Amino acid sequence: MFESVSLIVGLEIGTSKVCCVVSEVMADGALNVIGVGQSKSRGVRKGEIVDPTPTEEDMRNAIAEAEQMADVEIESVYLGVSGGHIRGFNNRGVHSVVSEDREITAEDVQDVIKNAKAINLPIENTIVHTIRQHFLVDGQAGIQNPIGMLGAKVEVDVHVIHGVHNRLQNPIRTFKGLQLDVEAIAFNGLAAAMAVLSNEHKELGSLVIDIGAGTTDYVVYSNGIVKHSGVLAIGGDHVSNDLAVGLKVSLARAEKLKLEFGSAIVGSADCGRTISLKNDLGLPDKTVNLEHLRRIMSVRIEEIFQLIEQDLDRAGLLDYLRAGVFICGGCARTTDISKLAEDVFRLPVYVGKTNAISGLKSALDQPEFATAIGLVKFGSLQQKQKSARTSISSGFFQAVGSLFRRA
Amino acid sequence: MSKSQKENEAAVESRLELRIRVIGVGGAGCSIAERMMRDEEFANASFTVINTEKVELAKSFAKDKLHLECKLLRGLGTGGDPALGRVAAQEKLEEIQALCADIDVVFVVAGLGGGAATGAAPIVAKAAKDAGALVVGFAMLPFELEGGRRVKQGRYGLEMLKSAADGVICLPNQKIFKLIDENTSIVETFKRTNGLLIDGIRSLWRLMTRTGLIDIHFSDLCAVVRGRHAESYFASAEAEGANRARKMIDKLLAHPLLDGGRSLDEAGAVLVSLEGGPDMTMADVNTIMTEINRRCENANVVFGAAVDEQFTDRLSVTLVVTRRDARDDGEADEGYGAVAGDSGVQSEMMGTEFINNKSTPRPKSRLVPPPPEMSEEKKQEFLKKSKGMNGGGRKLGKFRQATLPLEIVSKGRFDKTEPTIHNGEDLDVPTYIRRGVGLN
Repeated sequence: MFESVSLIVGLEIGTSKVCCVVSEVMADGALNVIGVGQSKSRGVRKGEIVDPTPTEEDMRNAIAEAEQMADVEIESVYLGVSGGHIRGFNNRGVHSVVSEDREITAEDVQDVIKNAKAINLPIENTIVHTIRQHFLVDGQAGIQNPIGMLGAKVEVDVHVIHGVHNRLQNPIRTFKGLQLDVEAIAFNGLAAAMAVLSNEHKELGSLVIDIGAGTTDYVVYSNGIVKHSGVLAIGGDHVSNDLAVGLKVSLARAEKLKLEFGSAIVGSADCGRTISLKNDLGLPDKTVNLEHLRRIMSVRIEEIFQLIEQDLDRAGLLDYLRAGVFICGGCARTTDISKLAEDVFRLPVYVGKTNAISGLKSALDQPEFATAIGLVKFGSLQQKQKSARTSISSGFFQAVGSLFRRA
Repeated sequence: MSKSQKENEAAVESRLELRIRVIGVGGAGCSIAERMMRDEEFANASFTVINTEKVELAKSFAKDKLHLECKLLRGLGTGGDPALGRVAAQEKLEEIQALCADIDVVFVVAGLGGGAATGAAPIVAKAAKDAGALVVGFAMLPFELEGGRRVKQGRYGLEMLKSAADGVICLPNQKIFKLIDENTSIVETFKRTNGLLIDGIRSLWRLMTRTGLIDIHFSDLCAVVRGRHAESYFASAEAEGANRARKMIDKLLAHPLLDGGRSLDEAGAVLVSLEGGPDMTMADVNTIMTEINRRCENANVVFGAAVDEQFTDRLSVTLVVTRRDARDDGEADEGYGAVAGDSGVQSEMMGTEFINNKSTPRPKSRLVPPPPEMSEEKKQEFLKKSKGMNGGGRKLGKFRQATLPLEIVSKGRFDKTEPTIHNGEDLDVPTYIRRGVGLN
């Protein structure tokens, strides 16, 4: 069993690519990425699998590539999930301390966490993560560890991320077709945040936006804990689609134009400039207006940021993001995206680099790998916890759901 | 200095001399005209009521009454058939034209959906336009509860009126439901809808006749309205108190007649009339105008403000929003030059930007062809035919829009996925389309 502890694999089934990251755990607990495999994703839309057959093939390719690079055999992975059905909210559990001397025991803490998990979800939904925030003892807030304290009532705030059970099972089912195991699933946004943020960022308060091709996942950390999370089923695909509609070109060409000429901001120099497209023979075929191209992109990306901003504004979190906003995912490569985000959030904005993992080659330190690397990080924390626990709880969802750690 | 003063005087004079005629067509149009007559504010206007019903006409206090009568009607009403209303109006064409001679602006007020107004109003508008006036139609569309036929006829009448008049300001009664308490009696409801339309006319009236802080001139109105043949909506809101500018914007954006602000996004031209007390601050004006300008970046926004003692600590704003036409091609309208000419003094004062601006006259409506030219014989024959039939079914068929077969449009990349709906908006639709960002 030594191997399965030392080797941690994260697999992200994204809308544009399937990405597999293999990492080994060093003796001191640090992670060292030893292999990465990628494959173009064909059966995923908006972060969810719509066609399992090609997806299975894409996963196999990505894993094979990673195995080859790392020269290991992969047995189990941590799987990232996303999709518009995933929601996050905060909940509070209450428990009365019954012991004679009013001392809070580990059992009390377990009970209060259990209570916090007992929430009224729609029947078809299951919990992906329950993340502990703070304890309250007799109304006194901000307690990190109440064990050993005296009190009559102990409460805990948790952040619950949940989604539709069947839609969460889809990637697991597809993956199991490869005859490999899923250790646990993790919300992509949370994984990305783990990869991008340092503890200091978490403490200061930051927002991580993972703009992938199909979905935009975001997570807010403040005072070191997860305060908010959400998914918008909008992403880079929408930008390409908008361009295809607006410039009247094919989707493939729109995608190319986006990568080559795209920008999140319409500059004054763009006005009136045109790009002439060439057909297969290299002859000029059609001209598109650069200003239109960038305008279309700009309004779409701006809208994504505005939707997130509105959501955080409602949650009252905008004033707590002292470290700023971190953008990752494929769309983070868009020119000037940080300027646009600065305009919307009025906060410092960084394109997220995976600085939470050591020993990473700079070639892999790209915003689009943040989620897969974060999954590895998530896996390492899971394993630490598992080995710390005396008995390993059985049942897959139990293992996932009982994830209590200060991420 | 003295020269410009003279010019100013000339401007004021021409402003006062603006000759306006309000023509109420049909039952609802007449009763609105009736109410306006009793209003002191409209004392300078001349009123005409046109109807097919002699009895209703007799009740009116208007100086000019025109009874639409032809042999086919036999002294009765149209019975809800617009074709009869149209023919009857065509017979009195010369008289209508005579009424509009020497008039600058004609307001055609009509409640569409019935026979007289739906048929006659476009003819009246056409006649008034031929006589050289700027024609603004004020149309009410029927409540949906009045039945599918009236709704359809109302839409049809609106299209006709749009192609005949320079601009149509339309008040869909159905949307007013949201403004009215559901326990309001029917009589009261109709009174309110009439009142709203009058409010709309009143604000336009004030814009044109009153001298304000920042005037909106006849020429500005022309620039917004003339040649567009477009449908406009209007909304007014009032707010008071310390934070009135903000409150006002919230009210406007929530206004059902503006579809919760969505109309602003697709506006081609917006006329803003602000009224406030002597305590109106620049900040108030700025807040409101910034928001409106932000909302309709590409629209031709015409702005006027007036100060009135009775508006102390209060602000009142009226928006006339004209929809942008996707087929705008910047083609100049032939009747346009004449109007710009006869109000040349004002345009000089204001600078010409409003007139030369992207005033986007639009070509004749593609959707509705003008009524076919018929010889007298044919007309009679046609009417006999339609009169002879009892069931409304066949007659109605004339207006029915053909139903297209269900066309499944592929959503391209997002085929097979559930749409991303956020606050009732389908986010899969490109943002630039939803926000009305123009790609010229």
